[in-house]
Amino acid sequence: MAPRTTAEVGGMGHSIKRKEDPRFIRGQGNYVDDIQLPGMLYLDIVRSPYAHAKLTSIKTDKALKVPGVLAVITGETLKQYNLHWMPTLSSDTQMVLPTEKVMYQSQEVAGVIATDRYAAADGVEAVEVEYEPLPVIVDPFKSLAPGAPVLRTDKEGKKDNLAFHWEAGDRAATDKAFAEADVVVKERIYVPRIHVASMETCGCVADFNPAEGKLTVYMTTQAPHAVRTVFALVAGHVGLSEEKIRIVSPDIGGGFGGKVPVYPGYVIAVAASVVIGKPVKWIEDRMENLQADSFARDYHMTAELAARKDGTMTALRITTVADHGYTNASANPSKYPAGLFSICTGSYDLKHAFTEMDAAYTNKPPGGVAYRCSFRVTEAVHAIERITDVLAQELKMDPAELRLKNFIKPEQFPYRSALGWEYDSGDYPRALKLAMDKIGYAALRKEQAEKRKRGELMGIGISSFTEIVGAGPSKQFDILGIKMFDSAEIRVHPTGKATARFGTKSQGQGHETTYAQIVAEELGIPAAHVQVEEGDTDTAPYGLGTYASRSTPTAGAAGAMAARKIRDKARKIAAHLLEVSEDDLVWEPGKFSVKGAPQKAKTIQEVAFAAYTNHPQGMEAGLEAVAYYDPPNLTFPFGSYICVVDIDRGTGMVTVRRFLAVDDCGNIINPMVVEGQIHGGLTQGLAPALYEEMTYDENGNNLAGSFMDYLVPTAVETPRWETDKTVTPCPHHPLGAKGVGESATVGAPPAIANAVVDALAHLGVRHIDIPITPEKVWNILKAKGAATQV
Amino acid sequence: MARHMITVTVNGTAREAEVDSRLLLVHLLRDVFRLTGTHIGCDTTHCGACTVLLEGEPVKSCTVLAVQADGRQVRTVEGLEQGGKLDPIQEGFWQEHGLQCGYCTPGMLMTGHALLKRNPKPTEDEIRHAISGNLCRCTGYLNIVKAVQYAAAKSQ
Repeated sequence: MAPRTTAEVGGMGHSIKRKEDPRFIRGQGNYVDDIQLPGMLYLDIVRSPYAHAKLTSIKTDKALKVPGVLAVITGETLKQYNLHWMPTLSSDTQMVLPTEKVMYQSQEVAGVIATDRYAAADGVEAVEVEYEPLPVIVDPFKSLAPGAPVLRTDKEGKKDNLAFHWEAGDRAATDKAFAEADVVVKERIYVPRIHVASMETCGCVADFNPAEGKLTVYMTTQAPHAVRTVFALVAGHVGLSEEKIRIVSPDIGGGFGGKVPVYPGYVIAVAASVVIGKPVKWIEDRMENLQADSFARDYHMTAELAARKDGTMTALRITTVADHGYTNASANPSKYPAGLFSICTGSYDLKHAFTEMDAAYTNKPPGGVAYRCSFRVTEAVHAIERITDVLAQELKMDPAELRLKNFIKPEQFPYRSALGWEYDSGDYPRALKLAMDKIGYAALRKEQAEKRKRGELMGIGISSFTEIVGAGPSKQFDILGIKMFDSAEIRVHPTGKATARFGTKSQGQGHETTYAQIVAEELGIPAAHVQVEEGDTDTAPYGLGTYASRSTPTAGAAGAMAARKIRDKARKIAAHLLEVSEDDLVWEPGKFSVKGAPQKAKTIQEVAFAAYTNHPQGMEAGLEAVAYYDPPNLTFPFGSYICVVDIDRGTGMVTVRRFLAVDDCGNIINPMVVEGQIHGGLTQGLAPALYEEMTYDENGNNLAGSFMDYLVPTAVETPRWETDKTVTPCPHHPLGAKGVGESATVGAPPAIANAVVDALAHLGVRHIDIPITPEKVWNILKAKGAATQV
Repeated sequence: MARHMITVTVNGTAREAEVDSRLLLVHLLRDVFRLTGTHIGCDTTHCGACTVLLEGEPVKSCTVLAVQADGRQVRTVEGLEQGGKLDPIQEGFWQEHGLQCGYCTPGMLMTGHALLKRNPKPTEDEIRHAISGNLCRCTGYLNIVKAVQYAAAKSQ
């Protein structure tokens, strides 16, 4: 679709350069650790070396003698104010600081306040803590087994370690379909615990002003308004009132879901600032970030797929044990404890499906946040895309053919899935066929057959995923009761320039550019003249923040709706200026003209000036609007990815030779930004597929707690991504857009895993759990007698 | 703890400070000189967000003591732009969408700048290896490679 606006205006479809970049390329971004306030103190945190232990004593006298150390805050300090526990976003509870026992390694035990960060670190070393180790449970299956010691002794009457049980679908009908199936395949599929590892860790500067009684917190949060409300609810009893709390989310160095929760460090910094009356800065180091912040995934799934002999899929059943660590700290909508996992029927017309889950407490850090993923969609997509390949292997069918046979057909949309979602739009065969044509699928299969004869290992993997993003319709979606709408406020100034504020918060997605383009599209004011602001709760309208690919579907839509309200008023003013009826005006981006007399026209800039200098009698002055957008449905981006891998038989090393991503995110605001989102998402799909995993030993010691051991891919491992697109506009979004930030992270891992299994399928390999490390592959090759001696 | 008077020439300007022996160069730049463009992303010299040029060579300033920079030249991201004109590497990152959150960007810029000084016409492979000590979580590196290529072409 050709853009409706000129390149100068820069509305939808233009790859305009990013408006935020000039400050970043000059080193003039403003991240939390860049903020330095007069008299500012530093917080550093004492952490537990044990994964499960009774706290017997904390001695602070030596620490208090360290030069520069002013105070040590313990659980007992916070208990005086009843602030030693706080709620998680899933209405579970979490310690801020412990008074009785610690539940995971690196848990916060005490906070040291000092005049500079070095003194605070010295103070941490000098705090003496005594522990009495307790039995550790790291395995969720052992945790759920009868007779396992109860971990959450803080919960009165709790007799087991079940965090929750959840199910969706029709169990009886699904069981019946399985009983009647010609073919059933079953596989245990583990999606391991991983960490977002954004390049900037978490931190804050808490600044309580005793004279005003006002608390300002500059913090790394993806959801500043929600945090403000949580602070007010949690600390209302000690005098923090919502109108006296200002959360500022400045430039954020990557979020990916890890900056949604409220971590104890934030709360300790706030408490310290309120008590001492000075600003307090807390910045995690990387090891604290990797070892203590919330994790993603950790789903042990058993997936079963039933089909007829001809390959028609008939039913899906997935049973999951989810490891949530010591508390359920998921940032999921309250009615969806397993997030949107029930998208697990994927892109296929499955008549019957049932899924259930037991979530376990273990002695690991709180789990269940996203890793660039809309509420557990990645786990769901991995299960369906892997088990689909297992079925193809069982039936000796080409995995592309099996997918094309079972796709929901374009004419079936809107499509009601067996697990209850209404897919709004899609054209799955078009995306897969485009991917196959573009990568040369038939030629690759031929090459593979020839290589196999020579003993070389090459694999081709497909993933045809469906995402579910943009939460959400408020009748279904809320977090802690706050409905998941989002918002925009646009003010057009007398000189025709505009300020637009949103309830979301970019962490690198480029909202300052793409939101300006939405305003440009709707009002014809050049994107260069639209100042976009987010993240300051004193100025931005209330919103739920940026995660789950929801910014464009919700706040972006709100921006369009607010702009349309402004255009409606502008039309009235233009009619007044041109002395015609509103119905006689024609709108094109940036200008109203008189029907049949196009030379009689008023630009949006002229109208804006008149709104403050010459507005019609009886009309309010000004040109601004606010919109709170409650989407009628979620959006369903999709795509087909094809990956080609080569495997070294001597080392088990997997090399991604080619990776083509065909994405459909509906109408596109900025093609350059969308492509960038896909590149980044693909790399965060490559990472868990081949490299990243947060592992623990049986004592709960974290084995991947620094960048020494947690393998974030570098430019060398990362392939030269290839991308293409189809465009199936979203039928209910005002701009036809769908959200794209997470598609590639969700879609990529099964494409890579399927490619590796495909390379080894002739050896009888059906499944390998990610991350597919050289060691795993080499052990398989050795067991199958296919490894070469090096 | 011993204190030391040091003089470091940062982006062409000699600056003095009295520092503890243990103060890291990155904290001297950020907290004392208030040049906050240089970022901190890890504790183990893996991520490269803190990369600056010491006597023209890229170093990770989280693993260099401030006293080691005494009497030497340091160049940071704030010193790339000359006379109001962006360095070609800065232009390249903007033009090719080589950044998203911007956090790794200063380190990437300094590493890329140093690469082009050493090797004005690098291959894609050489670029990828040169930046392999700088982690980026947002871009997937492809556009960073393009940004360095843009700067290489522009500098010819």
